Amino acid sequence: MSIKILNPGILSLLQDAGRFGKHQIGLTSGGPMDPLAFHWANRLCDNPVGATAIEISVGGFKMESQVDTRIAVTGGEMPVKINGQDVLRWRSYAIARGDQIELGYSQRGCRAYLAVSGGFQVEPEFGSNATVVREKIGGLNGAPLTPDAVIPCQADTQTHCWQVPDNERPHYSKHITLRVIPGYQDHSFDRIQQRLFFHNTFDVSDRCDRMGYRLTGPQVHSSIEGILSEGICLGAIQVPADGQPIVLMNDRQTIGGYPKIGSVLSLDLAKLAQLMPGDKVNFAAITIDRAHNILHLAHSRFHATSLESVDETSTQDD
Amino acid sequence: MKIHVAGENALIVYFGERAGLDTDPKISAAVQRMTQALPTLLGGKLIDLVPSYASLLVLFDPLQTDHLAIRKAIHAATQQSRAEQQQDSRLVVLPAYYAEESGPDLRALAERAELSIDDVIALHQSTEYRVYAIGFAPGFAYLGQVDERIAAPRLSTPRQKVPKGAVAIADRQTAVYPAASPGGWNLIGLCPTPMFNPKAEPSMPVAVGDRIKFKAIEREEFLSLGGQLPEVLV
Repeated sequence: MSIKILNPGILSLLQDAGRFGKHQIGLTSGGPMDPLAFHWANRLCDNPVGATAIEISVGGFKMESQVDTRIAVTGGEMPVKINGQDVLRWRSYAIARGDQIELGYSQRGCRAYLAVSGGFQVEPEFGSNATVVREKIGGLNGAPLTPDAVIPCQADTQTHCWQVPDNERPHYSKHITLRVIPGYQDHSFDRIQQRLFFHNTFDVSDRCDRMGYRLTGPQVHSSIEGILSEGICLGAIQVPADGQPIVLMNDRQTIGGYPKIGSVLSLDLAKLAQLMPGDKVNFAAITIDRAHNILHLAHSRFHATSLESVDETSTQDD
Repeated sequence: MKIHVAGENALIVYFGERAGLDTDPKISAAVQRMTQALPTLLGGKLIDLVPSYASLLVLFDPLQTDHLAIRKAIHAATQQSRAEQQQDSRLVVLPAYYAEESGPDLRALAERAELSIDDVIALHQSTEYRVYAIGFAPGFAYLGQVDERIAAPRLSTPRQKVPKGAVAIADRQTAVYPAASPGGWNLIGLCPTPMFNPKAEPSMPVAVGDRIKFKAIEREEFLSLGGQLPEVLV
């Protein structure tokens, strides 16, 4: 029992919650760039937390089911069709063997998640199915999905479907503010440099991928050129000598020697991952304590929100 | 020791006087001791650790704990590792086939250093190195310190493809490329020992803190140990 990829589009990757505890052999974490959309997709299919789903970047994806099951698509605004008929994102659908699911190109929001009941069943590497192309590890042979790839999954006779309440669905804006926890070498950026960083708007450049988002804007300079290579956490903002910040994402290198001004709050990193070249960001400083409060609230809200039951007979977009 | 905030779920511990600038085997040993002590103290609250030259990045689960509790555990780990007998770290010997056919930068490096090729080889294998950090790519171990006389800057134009097993020098660091990849280090030989094998347990023959020595081997031995000469090495 499986699904078959007809067209993987620009970039489609199998991802679970990520690979943890392996930084000491140089493996990065991988995992979904927008964990919120990823977790909703799994909840819509009644899956365990972190079940393996497909992350579809930009769009152009098409698959055929070889099993009766349920699917859900969340995330970036890519038009979804089942057998050529428009359907909704942020809800689950029962599908039958032979059904074709298609995602068009996105106008807003760069990453969508397609989950299937029980999650995709592939052999984990280093404890995870997260695909990290740079490392050639995870997913199917450590590579992006290819045409004709067959991904095992379970049959699901359950046809009850859910939707995410309307007010819980994120709005993908093209200009966002990233909350930053100042840290690492933040003291090497003097008051003027800090002001430049926190009071200006930066553009997302063409050089943005799962490793990092390079931003362009006023040059920001550290008083130190380089440091001994040290561990890099998710969301760290490194500023090389050209003064243009790079926000490090899921597939970042685990160590590096550029000065860093701090790190982006994970909830906002998910929003950054949805941006495309030309979109805009600002930065705002918050304390680590504030960051923890925000994370706890977001976690409680996600778990306290109940999915809405939907009538399976209406699959039409309205 | 200094503790800085790194991110919402990360603190970075700097060892030594000048945060993030000192490289020293004693500091590296302190990093290693804390890397070993923290998992027991933190259990499931710990997500991952990234030891490096003079720092340790501690990643924790902010839904289970907070940075104050982690700071406390870091201080406790310092006390604990002080009390422990300092253990000698493990010595790993890596065979290396040093030759112009396996090390295309060997001649240029020797000329730059005003040494013979044999001197370069002798100096590279006479030093006992320490694994300061693992990163850049899976299984890529940064070893230091290379003898000053054979230290060499990175190539001005990095190679498109450095072969798997390449023994290389950049500044006062040396390494064995775990897989074919682009790279700008000076290539002086080939090592037949796989540095990263996802199917093996453990997947790496070395860990941060280990002591490493290289041992020169002949072409025949290199091939019999499973080493492969790349078709064209330029």
